[in-house]
This record gives sequence, C-alpha cells and structure tokens, in this order.
Amino acid sequence: MRSALAAVLTSCALALVGCEKKASAPPPPSAPSGGTAAAPSGGTPGVTGDTILLGEVGSLTGSEATFGISTRNAIELAIREVNAAGGVKGKKIEIRVYDNQSKPEEAAQAANRLINQDNVLLILGEVASSNSMAMAEKAQPAKVPMISNASTNPKVTEIGDYIFRVCFIDPFQGYVMAKFAHDNLKLTKVAVLRDLGSAYSQGLADVFERKFTEMGGKIVARETYTKGSTDFRSQLTAIKRASPDAIYIPGYNDIGLIARQARELGVTAKLMGGDGWDSEKLFELGGSAIEGSYFSNHYSPDDPNPRIQKFIADYKAAFGSVPDSLAALGYDAAMVAVDAIKRAPSFDRAAIRDAIAQTKNFPGVTGTITLDDKRNATKPAVVLEVGKGKTKYVATIAP
Amino acid sequence: MSDFAQHLINGVAAGTIYALVALGYTMVYGVLKLINFAHGDVMMVGTFLGYGVAQKLGYEHQSSLWGVLAIFLAAMAACAVMGFLMERFAYRPLRDKPRLTALITAIGISFTLSYGFQLDFGPLPGAAPRAFPEIIAPREWLIIGDRAVVIWNWQVISLAIAIGLMLILQALVYRTRFGRAMRAVSFDHRTAALMGIPVDRIIALTFMLGSALAAGAGILYAIKDTAIQPLMGLYVGLKAFVAAVIGGIGNVPGAVVGGLLLGLVEEFVVGYSSSSWRDAVAFGFLIVVLLVRPGGLFGRVAAEKV
Repeated sequence: MRSALAAVLTSCALALVGCEKKASAPPPPSAPSGGTAAAPSGGTPGVTGDTILLGEVGSLTGSEATFGISTRNAIELAIREVNAAGGVKGKKIEIRVYDNQSKPEEAAQAANRLINQDNVLLILGEVASSNSMAMAEKAQPAKVPMISNASTNPKVTEIGDYIFRVCFIDPFQGYVMAKFAHDNLKLTKVAVLRDLGSAYSQGLADVFERKFTEMGGKIVARETYTKGSTDFRSQLTAIKRASPDAIYIPGYNDIGLIARQARELGVTAKLMGGDGWDSEKLFELGGSAIEGSYFSNHYSPDDPNPRIQKFIADYKAAFGSVPDSLAALGYDAAMVAVDAIKRAPSFDRAAIRDAIAQTKNFPGVTGTITLDDKRNATKPAVVLEVGKGKTKYVATIAP
Repeated sequence: MSDFAQHLINGVAAGTIYALVALGYTMVYGVLKLINFAHGDVMMVGTFLGYGVAQKLGYEHQSSLWGVLAIFLAAMAACAVMGFLMERFAYRPLRDKPRLTALITAIGISFTLSYGFQLDFGPLPGAAPRAFPEIIAPREWLIIGDRAVVIWNWQVISLAIAIGLMLILQALVYRTRFGRAMRAVSFDHRTAALMGIPVDRIIALTFMLGSALAAGAGILYAIKDTAIQPLMGLYVGLKAFVAAVIGGIGNVPGAVVGGLLLGLVEEFVVGYSSSSWRDAVAFGFLIVVLLVRPGGLFGRVAAEKV
C-alpha cells in the first residue's frame, strides 16, 4: 500500500513537472537577478557575469531529513567562507538547493531540473546511495560533474566518469566493523538486521557477513526490515532466539527505536552499525538503550586536529549544534568542488571534471582526501562508542 | 515456544493501535459512507499536540496520572475541534456531490496535513523524527522465565483502553438517543431529516468522536514506538483502513477484531519468514477475507451499519 501511495505521489509530481515545462517555467524566486543562467547556445553553463551557480540535491524532508539538513548547512557554511575570502577567480559562488523528500524518484527529478532548467556547473549530493544513483543517472549522460558527499555504495561512481565521492565505500565500512568485532571485541556470534529497501544497508550488511565469516566468525541470524516501519519487535524476537553476542544493524535513524525495542525485549547483545547512525537524533531516539554500542564513521568530533576543531566551532556558531559526520562530508564535498574549479584551466564542465579527478592529498575535515582511478576517496575510518549524549573515539582502522 | 508467546504479545500490541484507528474509520464510514483518508493524519496531528502538551508540562520521563490524562484530553479535544472544522468546511459542502469528490478531498486533506506538518516554522514540527516522552513510565508487568517473555505495563494499558473504548462505542451506538440518530442517518439521511433528526449535527458529532479517538490512538502509538514524524499517519492510517475492511467496515467490534488480526498476521509473518512478506501477506489476507465474506468478517451485506 505504501508503494501504491508512492506511485500516486510520483504521478502527481510528474504531472506537476509536466505542467511546469509547458508553461516554460518561470525562474524560481531565489534566482539571481536577470533570471537563471540558461544560455542555450554560447556562454559557459553555470557561469554568469560574476557568479558561479552550483546545484545541490538533498533530503530536506522525509525520513532522512536530519542528514539532508546538516549537509545543506555545512555546504552553505563552506560557500559562505569561500565567498568571504573573495570567491573563486573573482566570481562569487551561489548554490541552488532542491529537496528530494528522501525519495530516489524525486532526486532524479531534482537533478534533471538543476541540469536542464538551472544549468548549474556541477551537482553536490546526496547522502543515501539510492538517491545519489538516481541523480547520477541524470548527471552522467548530460556530462555534468557530480560529487556525492556521503553515498558509500560502490555502484554510485560506477555509473560513469563524471561521478565522484569524497567518502569511503561500503565494502570498507563493512570490513572495518567485521575487523573491529573480531579483533577488538573478540566476538564470534553475530546477527545481522538490515534495511531491505536501502542500497546502503544491503551493501554494508553483505560485506560484513562475508568478511566476518572469512575471519572465522559466525552469522547466527539474518533478519530484515523495510524503511518506514517503527515496530521491529518481531525481528528482534527472532534474533533473540539465536542469542548472538552482537547485532550488526547498518541503518539510519531507525537504530534508536531498534535499540529501545531490543532492550525492552530483553536482548542484551551489543549493537554495531555504520556511519548512518551518526545523527543528533541517535541520542534522542535511542535514549539510554543505545549506550555502549559501536559504529564506524568518517570523523570524530573529539579529534584535536585544528582543522577539525575550527570547522566544529564555525558550524556551531552558525547553526547552534555539533556537526555530524554528514555535515563534515558535505563541507568537504563543497571544498573539493571549489578546489577543482580553482585549479581547472576553464569553466568548461569537462575541464572541471578532470580537475576533480586529479584531487590529491586534499586537506579535508574528514581526513586527507585522494581520489583513486575509480573516483572514490581513500582514507581511514574511525570506530566510535555511543555514550551518554555523545560519542567517544575508540579506534582508527586503515584500509 | 517462548518466542511464540512473545510474538503473540508483540502482535496484540501492534494490533491494538490498528484497532483504535480503525474505529474512527468505521464510524465515519458507517454514517457517511465516506472513507476519510485524512483519518491517519488526524492521528498524527493529535500525537504532535500530545507531544506539545507534554513538553509544556515538562514531563520528560515520569508523569503523574493527572498529567497523562491532561495530555490525552487536550489532544483529543483539539482533534475533535479539527474533525468538526474538517467536516464543516471540507466534507459538508460536498455531501450531495458524487462520492468520489469527497474521497479526493479526503486524500487532499491527508497530504496537506502530512506535508504541511513537515514545514519548519512557528509551531510546526519540521520533518525530522522526534522522540515522544515516556509519559507512562515503562515497567515490566509480567516476566516469564529468564526474560524469555516480557509484557510491559503500557501494552496492557493500551489493550484495556482499546477494548474499553470499543465497549463504550458499542453502547453509544445501540443504547443512546444519539446512537439511534446515528443509525437512522446511516440508513437514509434524507428520511432521517424528515423525521426531525438534526442530520448535520449528528454527522459533525460523529466526525468529532472519530477524530478524538484518532488522537488517543496516536498517543498510544507514540508510547509504543517512540518516534513520531509527520508522515506516520499515512502508513498507520492505511493499515487501519485495511483492518476496518477486514472486520467489516461500519461495524464497531469488527474494527477491533480486524485490527488485532492484522497486527498478529504481520507479526508472525515477519517473525517466522521475512519482513518483505509482511505487506504482501497482510493484503493477501484482506483479499481472502473479502472473497469468502465480501462484507468483512462482521459485516452483513445490506444490513444496518453504524
């Protein structure tokens, strides 16, 4: 029924877009003076007079809204800083942001709009891999460079040579937690609970299961849930029967509820997960049930590195909260893009693409970023332990 | 065996919420023959109102009986007003139009509420999920074995409230003047008007009652599953609608039985096979029930319904 509803919604959205096109789409109110940079022939896409227009697609509403909002904030922060320092090549940077309601079909629509209507130079986003893939399917054929900030599924950059990312990929995260569970925690029996509808969750869970088994551990239960559910008691009751030492749950905000319900049912196994856990909502939704759990992540706010501390202080001053790792990645994605625009010999999209591909030892908040020939970032991951209202750094695991 | 018992308890707890929401669907349908698709979103609004009141009262975890009552009553009263407004301004002008018009309006109200509440200004909550405070301090009511089976106090309280409300509604419909008027309106609202029954007032009251029930159900849902967000009503609302149809839409005990059955079916499917089968089996169950008994389990075809 949910998918039936989604179908209704999609057709409404399609109808809406269809109408917009017929009415030859007036520029949105936020457009810079003189309308959008749409110059069908001649002129460089995304660059008008003294501004460079970038596009961003984010989950500003819907189930992954917490990530979309912190990403948007961080990208805004990055661009504010760049503009305050004089912009790039004498031009100010502007960003147009569209919401995708945490849905791939909306993400594709938004990417289309940025490419065909707003004519942006390059696209930033998304967090969820399913959304990034939907966007990349639009960006690649149009030859618009796209930098995903936090999509860790390997398939994202496999879509084509214009698609990049500034984070590590799922196999690595799955490997990190398998190694941590086996070497650091010395566990032997682990259950896996995955979100069936999420490419991210599937990717991490697959690699975790394979690596953990290779290391000599045993997967004692495999359970699944679907996005949007709030009641996980049936799966947890089934997991309890297998009495595992730990449960690997590569999910998003659901984890808070899963932790509460697990403890409520008397499941005492440790909980482990991936970077999707990292959100302020983790503590609010998980309460005391989530304490003592572990997850792999891109950066730790405890890190004394001055670059990281400056970012945290700036973000706090601007938005009043500690940035999660998705904010840190959003910031890095924007800065890598700006760095590439600076280095590129022209504003041509192909030149920008080449410049992004050559990114090497870029000093980001989430570590030193080098893009490999598959357009993925190589860098180590950290493992964090969840405490009371904050996380604690436990270990760094290198590729 | 112990996990079977635990599944049973989980299923009843989930079914209780479906049952309470289904009661509202069934009442409005009984009187107006209108599927009020906005019902699930009324529940969402009620939950957020309860959340707001709980925040104002400053109840983070523990709460007095009076505090809990205040939260329930404030949310239910506000939703009753909302139900009244919805009926007065959205549905009443369409009462003599084709039924499809009202149905589309209902879907419109549903989307307006669920997406409007995602806006992030003024009192609106924004899109991110929030944790509902533990207004009923969770306590183990019964533990069997080494925590093999656990029943919590709120599970018992919810079930008691659902069954209590069902009995009260049943009495209201069959034992009071208001109930007799409701049944008359349901049967034929024009003739009922000729007999001096204030049709408009009866229908408005039915909407208010249904919306208040939805608010109560929403808060019980939030006590059970903690996270509340503006889209929660769409999902629970659809499931409750299915529960109402399984039980025989328009029938009060049918809604409760349908809700509990649906909760149990889903629980066992997920517990013993896979979560991807949950919706398929739930709707398959609906199809089978409708094939065998087209009026639903308790529905009588062409009999009086409220």
